[in-house]
Amino acid sequence: MPVETDIFNAKNVICTFGHGKKLVKAIDDVSFGIKDQEIVSLVGGSGCGKSVLAKIMLGLIKPSSGQFLYKGNEIKNLKTHWREVQAVFQDPFSCFNQFFTIRSQLKDSFGIFKKKPSKREIEDRVDQALLAVNIKPPEIEGKYPFELSGGQMQRMLLARIFILRPRVLIADEPTSMVDACVRANILDYLMKIKSELKMTIVFITHDIGLAYYVSDRMFIMHKGKIVEHGSPDDVALKPKNPHTQQLLDDIPDINKKWLEREQKVLNVVE
Amino acid sequence: MPTIESNNIQSTTSEQKSPQTKNSVPIFEVKNLHLHYLTRFGEKIHAVSDVSFSMDQGEVLGIAGESGCGKSTLVNGCMGLFIPPLKPTSGDVLVSGESLMNREPDEVRRNVLGRKVAMIPQGAFNSLNPTRKIKDLAADMIESHENTKDKKEIYSRLRERFRIIGMDESILNSYPIQITAGMRQRSVIAISTLLNPKMVIADEPTSALDVTTQKSVIKMIFELLDKGVFSTMIFITHELPLLRHVAGRIAVMYAGEFVELGTTDQVIFDPRHPYTKALMGSMLSAEPGQRQRKPIAIEGAPPNLAKPIEGCRFADRCPVVKPECKKNKQVMRIVADRQVRCQYAS
Amino acid sequence: MKILINLLKTPAFVVGIGLFVLTLLMAYVFPVFYPVDTITRVGMPYMGPSAQHWLGTNHLGIDMVSLLVKGLRASLYVGLLAGIIATIVGTLLGIYAGYTGGLQDDIINLITNLFIVIPQMVLLILISSSVKEGRSLALIAFIIGATGWTWSARAVRAQSSSLKSRDHISLAKINGTGTFGIVVKHILPYILSYVFMVFIMQTASGILSEAAISMIGLGPYDSVSLGTILNEAMRNEALTDGAWWAFIPAAILVTITAFSLYVLNNSMEGVFNPRLRK
Repeated sequence: MPVETDIFNAKNVICTFGHGKKLVKAIDDVSFGIKDQEIVSLVGGSGCGKSVLAKIMLGLIKPSSGQFLYKGNEIKNLKTHWREVQAVFQDPFSCFNQFFTIRSQLKDSFGIFKKKPSKREIEDRVDQALLAVNIKPPEIEGKYPFELSGGQMQRMLLARIFILRPRVLIADEPTSMVDACVRANILDYLMKIKSELKMTIVFITHDIGLAYYVSDRMFIMHKGKIVEHGSPDDVALKPKNPHTQQLLDDIPDINKKWLEREQKVLNVVE
Repeated sequence: MPTIESNNIQSTTSEQKSPQTKNSVPIFEVKNLHLHYLTRFGEKIHAVSDVSFSMDQGEVLGIAGESGCGKSTLVNGCMGLFIPPLKPTSGDVLVSGESLMNREPDEVRRNVLGRKVAMIPQGAFNSLNPTRKIKDLAADMIESHENTKDKKEIYSRLRERFRIIGMDESILNSYPIQITAGMRQRSVIAISTLLNPKMVIADEPTSALDVTTQKSVIKMIFELLDKGVFSTMIFITHELPLLRHVAGRIAVMYAGEFVELGTTDQVIFDPRHPYTKALMGSMLSAEPGQRQRKPIAIEGAPPNLAKPIEGCRFADRCPVVKPECKKNKQVMRIVADRQVRCQYAS
Repeated sequence: MKILINLLKTPAFVVGIGLFVLTLLMAYVFPVFYPVDTITRVGMPYMGPSAQHWLGTNHLGIDMVSLLVKGLRASLYVGLLAGIIATIVGTLLGIYAGYTGGLQDDIINLITNLFIVIPQMVLLILISSSVKEGRSLALIAFIIGATGWTWSARAVRAQSSSLKSRDHISLAKINGTGTFGIVVKHILPYILSYVFMVFIMQTASGILSEAAISMIGLGPYDSVSLGTILNEAMRNEALTDGAWWAFIPAAILVTITAFSLYVLNNSMEGVFNPRLRK
């Protein structure tokens, strides 16, 4: 049964960078709660603050003011926090060090555990994680990140999550650098991990179609504020905020008019 | 410039066009183009195989394909930029009837690039020299094509062009790092089309931009098109749905080949090749009923083009593969008024 | 390997490494064929170049060529050692400051700026003159290295700072890797080629600094270096006496050695640039 306390709780969080004239308010007075085992999407264009919010959830950035709580408490000990809250990032290639083999970097993730398992167990768990994302261990034996495809590398990030078994996953644009055909597979693996590990997932994306498909709840962000939130059907099909509407309009959906322009189909200029 | 008029070979696989003057030279024509790379181990990678299409003035052709399908290689080939290790294997590329093959790269660069055909390379907005102002980048480009060293004239042309497309003059005096990605990309496009080329090849011009910026960049491209800065365009992207709003005809590319080539309506709303169907099926949109619909996904990855491939290139991943597919090499055939590279497409 | 081939294609690289190898040959291979003797008087003071003594003799009548060979070796030694010290100190400080940011960054920046503002020559003179006895080559190298690291610290700090926002560092953090682990495994490899270039510059700078400090008489007590040769020439008024061979060859050698390293460094920038590959 999911627990009653919110997994994440934000109270008037403000996050600023720089100072004086160059002060930038990346997060502007944001408050919300995310429940256990929910799938929530943070949707917005670039600069809306969603990546900064993700880093706050991970504990990599502290809010300048306001409170941000994980399971009712402020994030104090980062190593403990990372045993329960983990992330996959957008560009799988930049997530891995190009100088070391992938397998060795997967093994590095065990550094977060209080008690490091035996060498034998580490190898076993890495193998299991690889199989969980449909990669046979020999396939990546001795290989470096640039030797694999984007889809495979993204699955490596997911394999890492299988190893770490966190409570919460922050997925920052996990499919934007992956081919469309492979995207559904990545989403499948994510859902598989979620149900197996009973995880809460926070999806960060600019793709409102993806968010609509995948979420229990959606938060639309614009310039550091949450301008709209609710169930996917409410937010995407009956948007109330003009910025949400803007996001929906900007998607080149094949069934809607996108550009106010008479499309010159095969017209020949003299 | 050689004039090839009535000799214009309309190949048997010619595409449907709206009525136009026959015997006019297509502004751009690619005939059975094969391109390969030579790796340093001596391997031959057949990056592009048997690509044919032609374009008339005023057309927008979209080429859709995923990473590694060869679209960027095709673009380089279309510009005549056969810089080692890229080499043409066979086939022809003709700009207004003039072949680009077997010419000195420098000569092609001077006469064709920028003037007749302009290219907007992938990720251009991130490859700008950070130590040069935008207006200097434009000056570089013009100087290398025309022998005008008159900076004043160049700048005034630039200002005029920026004014036309509604971009602020202050951008001209900025360094790339001072302006947003969207502004950088629009600057690149404005500069590439400064010499009013007849045709533009845009290689993933909006791929790393968010939807709102993407829309503004594409709006600008069409403004230039509508104002006559250029008339014809090839638009390359991995997002097939985007082409619905951009192109009149679409070619879908997989593992170095065109697998489907038809009008936008045909390819988007009535795809026939299994790969096109999979691409369209993997779309996610915010529409009622989409939450229940599971998007299509195909396992695996495109084939290794260094090895000779027997049979259909998509056979390993095709959801409707038949045993013969792995042995029968597929060619383009006319199905439902467009070209499809699959013998089982109905 | 591919990097080496690319380098060999760059004319600047070939020139640079060619010249530098030439100086190495002169310092270490040439003596195999030539009797290097910096003790015996072989002629009159300031004898001009002759068949047996190609560059004549110094003010004590000692063979100039031998002195130059010994001097070149010493200068190379000092330059290299100073380069190593300066690079290590500068790199460590730079990486740490760039990566950790905040207060530590500010403190290290303060120290760096302090060392920059005070001219290295002044520091060298002060420290050198206060060490009255036992000014060995190694000590000179140490002093030069300990005062000349500011440049590499600045350069490395910039690189390190730009790397710290990369995804693979974030991932290493949430893997529980400590600061030391991140610096060694995830930052150092990415800037190694840059550090190498920095090292070449520091070595060149070390050679020049040694020549300068020795020339004004604050060099090593008991060794011959190119700088001390210049110093002795000045003190014994070689130039006014017309004994150009006591001064000019040494000056030329210093110049060529440092120059070759500068050219080498420049040529590598195109191939090694700090922008990450892939």
